Amino acid sequence: MSEFKALDGTGAVAEAMRQINPDVVAAYPITPQTAIVQTFSEFVADGLVDTEFITVESEHSALSACVGASAAGARVMTATSSAGLAFMWEILYVAASNRLPIVMTNVNRALSAPINIHCDHSDSMGARDAGWIHLFCENAQEAYDTVIQAVRIAEHPDVLLPVMVLFDGFITSHAEERVEIFDDAKVKAFVGEYRPKHSLLNLDHPVTYGPLDFTDYYFEHKRQQAEAMRHAPKVILEVAEEFAKTFGRKYGFFETYRLDDAEVAVVVSSSTAGTARAAVDKLRAQGAKVGLLKPRAFRPFPAQEMVAALRHVKAVGVMDRAISFGSMGNAGPLFLELAAAMKIYDATVPMADFVFGLGGRDIVPSQIEGVFHDLLQIAKTGKATDLVSYVGVRE
Amino acid sequence: MAKGWKDLPIGGMILEAGNSAQYNTGAWRAFRPVRDASRCTNCMFCWVFCPDSSIRVKDEKMVGFDLLHCKGCGICANVCPVKCIEMHDEAEFGGSMEMVDEPGRAGGAK
Repeated sequence: MSEFKALDGTGAVAEAMRQINPDVVAAYPITPQTAIVQTFSEFVADGLVDTEFITVESEHSALSACVGASAAGARVMTATSSAGLAFMWEILYVAASNRLPIVMTNVNRALSAPINIHCDHSDSMGARDAGWIHLFCENAQEAYDTVIQAVRIAEHPDVLLPVMVLFDGFITSHAEERVEIFDDAKVKAFVGEYRPKHSLLNLDHPVTYGPLDFTDYYFEHKRQQAEAMRHAPKVILEVAEEFAKTFGRKYGFFETYRLDDAEVAVVVSSSTAGTARAAVDKLRAQGAKVGLLKPRAFRPFPAQEMVAALRHVKAVGVMDRAISFGSMGNAGPLFLELAAAMKIYDATVPMADFVFGLGGRDIVPSQIEGVFHDLLQIAKTGKATDLVSYVGVRE
Repeated sequence: MAKGWKDLPIGGMILEAGNSAQYNTGAWRAFRPVRDASRCTNCMFCWVFCPDSSIRVKDEKMVGFDLLHCKGCGICANVCPVKCIEMHDEAEFGGSMEMVDEPGRAGGAK
């Protein structure tokens, strides 16, 4: 039987980790780390899990320990945020390139300077090319559900890539919500046992992980990684389908809300999608045909599917909680990716980017309504006057 | 022909132990050890010190170099108490990087 508990995002994820009962968790406990590993370490101390909990001296070491443990054949999880993720940078690539199915939650928070650990997506967006699967979650329930699915996605033999589960700093991580916690046994059965094909601790057949790989082979191994990422979408959907059958909630590459007959659409991920849904309802009540697309999978990027969902609208506004500095118009990563996809798959829809919420700046329904009003204007003229606007910045 | 990406173990994983013998590190060599066998006392200093196990020994006698794996570091020449090993520019061997490990040919320069 499921239980409904009042938990913040970190507590919900810690519950998922308790139920998954990973072999190894390595983490560094100081800010910007969140309460995920703090709560989980209590489960370890209380003997509720069998996990070897490794405390280390930095996030670089945390992920390094995870890499070693995963290569040894363990099911491995960790958690980080903001500058912690940035400090893992080198090892993010090592984990993905060694094809180690580590599951890590990253609470999306800003990067310094000036010093800030409030919500934005700069941290994980900067890591988007490191070879991890990126799944964004709107609320604590989605974070809990997605961590459980992430284990299966990462460990699938056709994938074998690490997965980052992402949700908004403070808004989701530290705010209490009603969260459905499934029966321990059901979660255990769903994630199953991890049986790596090759591991360092297989004494009958020892292997070498991460050897020197120069001009003669490195390129082939990168090509394999691209192939693994190409297999990921199918696995993400298969796991989501099995999850829906087992636990009742449906997930996909993204979620749409009142989009089918919409004239204009906002594309925004994570907690802001919830705010946008309220804005959609208000404007719909006033007769405006507006809709929402909330991306979940950002890596792999479901380009064709997103274009198919947006092709019919007359204007698309992407809301980015990060800036890709120096890119076209200093736009955000989500906009750049989607704009390219729309062009490649022949959807001629005017688009604009709305950068918002950097460093945890609040975004309120009236501001999203403002974005929709801009989009309705763009739909009328067929052209966006500004490629990038900044929502909520003081002029 | 080396294997393509579809046939290689993922992530650069090496599935069989002891495979370093298959990697012909001798291809890097800039200097080749050449032995004057007539002066060699078979003291085995070179065999002890060679970091790449490239000294070939048969019936307790030094019989040549494994040029497929000798990287030309010159430690053997340095430790040889009778100085019967000299390092020669690899180019002296006709610019050929052909890997030979027969004792007769290893010392066959000049």
